[in-house]
Amino acid sequence: MALRFEVLGRFNRARAANLTLPHFLCQTPLFMPVGTQGTIKGLTTNQLEEIGCQIILGNTYHLALRPTSELIDELGGLHKFMNWPRALLTDSGGFQMVSLLHLADITEKGVTFQSPVDGKPMLLTPEESIQIQNRIGADIIMALDDVVKTTITGPRIEEAMYRTLRWIDRCIAAHKRPNEQNLFGIVQGGLDPVLSYAIGGLAGGEDKDSFWRVVAQCTAALPEDKPRYVMGVGYPLDIVVCSALGADMYDCVYPTRTARFGTALVTEGVLKLKHNVMADDTRPIDPTCACMVCKNYTRAYIHCLVTKDAMGSQLLSYHNLFYMMKLSRDLHSSIIEGRFPQFVCDFLRKMVVLYAFFSLCHIHHVISVVTGIFVYLRELSCWGQGMSGSMIVFVSIR
Amino acid sequence: MKFAVKAWSNGRARTGLLHLGNYPNPIETPALLLPTRKGLPYFISPDLLPSLPSPDSHLLQVCPLHFLEGLSPKTISKVGGLHQMVGLPEYGFAAVARDSVQCLPECNSTNKVGASFETPCGRLLIKPADYVEMISSMKPNIWATLADEVPAWVSDKRNKTSVDRTVRWLDECIALSSAGGAVFGSIVGGPSVEERERCTQEVARRNVSGYWIGGFGLGESMDERPALLNAVTAILQEEKPRLVCGLGLPEEVLQGVAAGIDLFDSEYIYHLTLEGFALTFPLGGVGVNVFSFDPNNLGSDRSKINLRATIYRKDTSPVVENCSCYTCQNHTKAYINHLLNVHEMLAQILLEMRP
Repeated sequence: MALRFEVLGRFNRARAANLTLPHFLCQTPLFMPVGTQGTIKGLTTNQLEEIGCQIILGNTYHLALRPTSELIDELGGLHKFMNWPRALLTDSGGFQMVSLLHLADITEKGVTFQSPVDGKPMLLTPEESIQIQNRIGADIIMALDDVVKTTITGPRIEEAMYRTLRWIDRCIAAHKRPNEQNLFGIVQGGLDPVLSYAIGGLAGGEDKDSFWRVVAQCTAALPEDKPRYVMGVGYPLDIVVCSALGADMYDCVYPTRTARFGTALVTEGVLKLKHNVMADDTRPIDPTCACMVCKNYTRAYIHCLVTKDAMGSQLLSYHNLFYMMKLSRDLHSSIIEGRFPQFVCDFLRKMVVLYAFFSLCHIHHVISVVTGIFVYLRELSCWGQGMSGSMIVFVSIR
Repeated sequence: MKFAVKAWSNGRARTGLLHLGNYPNPIETPALLLPTRKGLPYFISPDLLPSLPSPDSHLLQVCPLHFLEGLSPKTISKVGGLHQMVGLPEYGFAAVARDSVQCLPECNSTNKVGASFETPCGRLLIKPADYVEMISSMKPNIWATLADEVPAWVSDKRNKTSVDRTVRWLDECIALSSAGGAVFGSIVGGPSVEERERCTQEVARRNVSGYWIGGFGLGESMDERPALLNAVTAILQEEKPRLVCGLGLPEEVLQGVAAGIDLFDSEYIYHLTLEGFALTFPLGGVGVNVFSFDPNNLGSDRSKINLRATIYRKDTSPVVENCSCYTCQNHTKAYINHLLNVHEMLAQILLEMRP
C-alpha cells in the first residue's frame, strides 16, 4: 500500500495523525480544496503551498472530458501537468455524472449516461473509472459507488449498498498501480470494511440531525487504523463536529464557491461582503486572521470588488482557504496538545452565539445545530462548563 | 516625484530615471504603467506582483472613475489614500481619468461643465471639482488633469473646443487641488497639428510637473501619429516627463519612444490576456526567432502566440525558453491551453504575468 496512517494523539473519538502519501506527508484532520479542472479557481500552486494546502481534489469527470486522462498520462500525470508537488486525490466520476447529467442511469454494469460532447450513449464501469484515475495519477483514488440521494427511502438504498460492495471488488481487481495510488472505498449505508474508507452519500441536503448520527455510526464501526474521509463536507462547523466523531479528511467546494459570491469565512461564521453596509467598513475581514488579505485590505475595498472583478474572487478565495487550512492545523494541534475540548467549546461559543442572532430566519437549522451539538457535547464532557449553560438559555429564548 | 533625463539618442528619444517618493529604487524610462482595475492589476494578485521584474513593475496606472462603483472618497480618505487601500505602499500610482477598457471618453456628451465617460455605472459626467475630490482622497504619486478627449474624426470646431476646455479644466484642477502628488498637464488637439501645438504651448506655460498626452488610441491610424506626437514634444520642456495613453502594440510604443515619450499605458496587455495571447518576441531584437506562419494559429505571429490553438495541447515547453518569469518557470503551454479551454481564471493570471 502506498499510504501510512499514524495516529499521534487522541481525545475520545477524535484523532490527530500523520498521513504519509507518495507525494506528501499530511497531517489530519485536514480539509482538501476542490480543484475541479486541474486548478483551484483563481489561485496559483505557489499560493496554495503558502496557505498550507496538503491535498487537492481533482474531479475525474471534468478532467476526463478535458483535457482527457490519456493526455494527462502522456504528459506525465496530473501532478506534473498542474505543477503541484504535494498530494492529489481524484474522485470516481460517478457523483458528477449522476448530478450533472440528464438521463444518467445506474445498472449493474455501471453508470450509463449521454456524452455531454456528442450525445452518444456511454458507460462508466468501475473498471473504466479506475483506469482513468490510474492515468491521472493521484495519490488517492476513489472506488466507483452507487450513489443515491440521501432523501430517497426504501429498497433502493439497500440495493445501492450491496452494489457498491460488488463494485468495490471490481475496482480493486482493476487497479493497476496499488504501490503508487491508494484506493478508498465508499461507505454507502453499509459498514463492511474495505481498504480505506470514505463516507459518501451525505452532505446532500439531509438534515443535520441525521447527518451527524450517520457519521457517528460509521466512525464507530470502521477500523481505527485507516483514515476516514467524509466527502462533500463542508461548513467549518460540520468539520469540527465530524472530527470530534472520529473523521480525518474532508473536501468541499463551499469555501471557494462562497468566495465567488462575496462571502468570507470568519471566526463568527460568515461575512457577506456584498451588503451595502460593508461599503464604508474599514476594518479587515477578520481581525484575528493572519492572511495576506486580512493584513492588507479593508471590508470596504473587498466590497467594491466582489461579484464585479476577478480580483475580488481571488482575494476572498485566498482568505477562505487560508481559514480552512488554519482550521485543519488547529484541529490537528489541539488534539495532539491535549486541548481539543477547549478548542471546540471556544470555536462553538464564538460561532454559534452570533450565528444564532444573525440567522433569525433559519431557526430550525439553528435548533438542529444546537441539538446536534448536545449529542457530542456529551462526548466531549463539556457539560457543566459555561458553554452548555448559555446554550440552554439560548434554546429556551427561541 | 523627481525625473531626470539620463541619455539622448540622435533624435528625440531619451532614457531617464523616475524617482518615486515612496520607493527607494528609481524606475528607468521609457517605462510601462501596469493597467489596474480599482487599483489592483486585473488578475495578478498583490502577493504575486513581486514576481514581476522590479523596479520596472512598480508603476501602476489607476482610473479614479473605477471607484464610483462602490467606494466613496470619504472611505478612501479614512483608510489613508489609495496606497493603503490596495495594500501597495511602495508602488507608484499614476491617475488618469480615462481607461481604454471600461471608462471610455464619450465626447458627444461632454459639455462645458464636465467630461463624459461610458462606465460600468452608465454614462457619467465628471466635473473638474468631482475629479479633484477623487484625486485628493486617493493621493496618487502622479495625476493627469481632466481633459476633453476627442477621436480623430470630429469637426475642426469640436476639436478646437476640446483644446479650450482642456486648458480651462487644467487651470481649475490646479486651483482646486490640495492633493500633493505630481500634476501632469493634459494635452489634446485631436488630428490637427496646429491644435496640438496650440494646446501644448498653453500647457507648457502652466506650472506642472509633467505632461499627459491624450486623444490617442481613439481611432487614429499609426501613420498619423508620429507627426502629432512630434508636434507636441518639440515644444515641451525636456526635463519634464511625458506620459501617453492609448498606444498599444509594441511597434506603436516604439513610435512613441522615438518621439520622446517616457511613460506608456499598457491596456494592450489586458486585451492580449483576455484573448489568450502570450507575448513572445525576443527582447534583444537582433536574433530573430523564426515562427512558421500557420493560418491555424489564431492570430499568432512573430510577436505573440495564441495559447488557445490546438497545436499547444501537448506542448510541455514553457511559453518562452529560458524566461525567468513565474509563468515560464512553473507552467507549460499545454497547461495554459487546458485552462483556457475550460475557462479557468488561472489562465488569465498566468498570462498577465508573462509580459
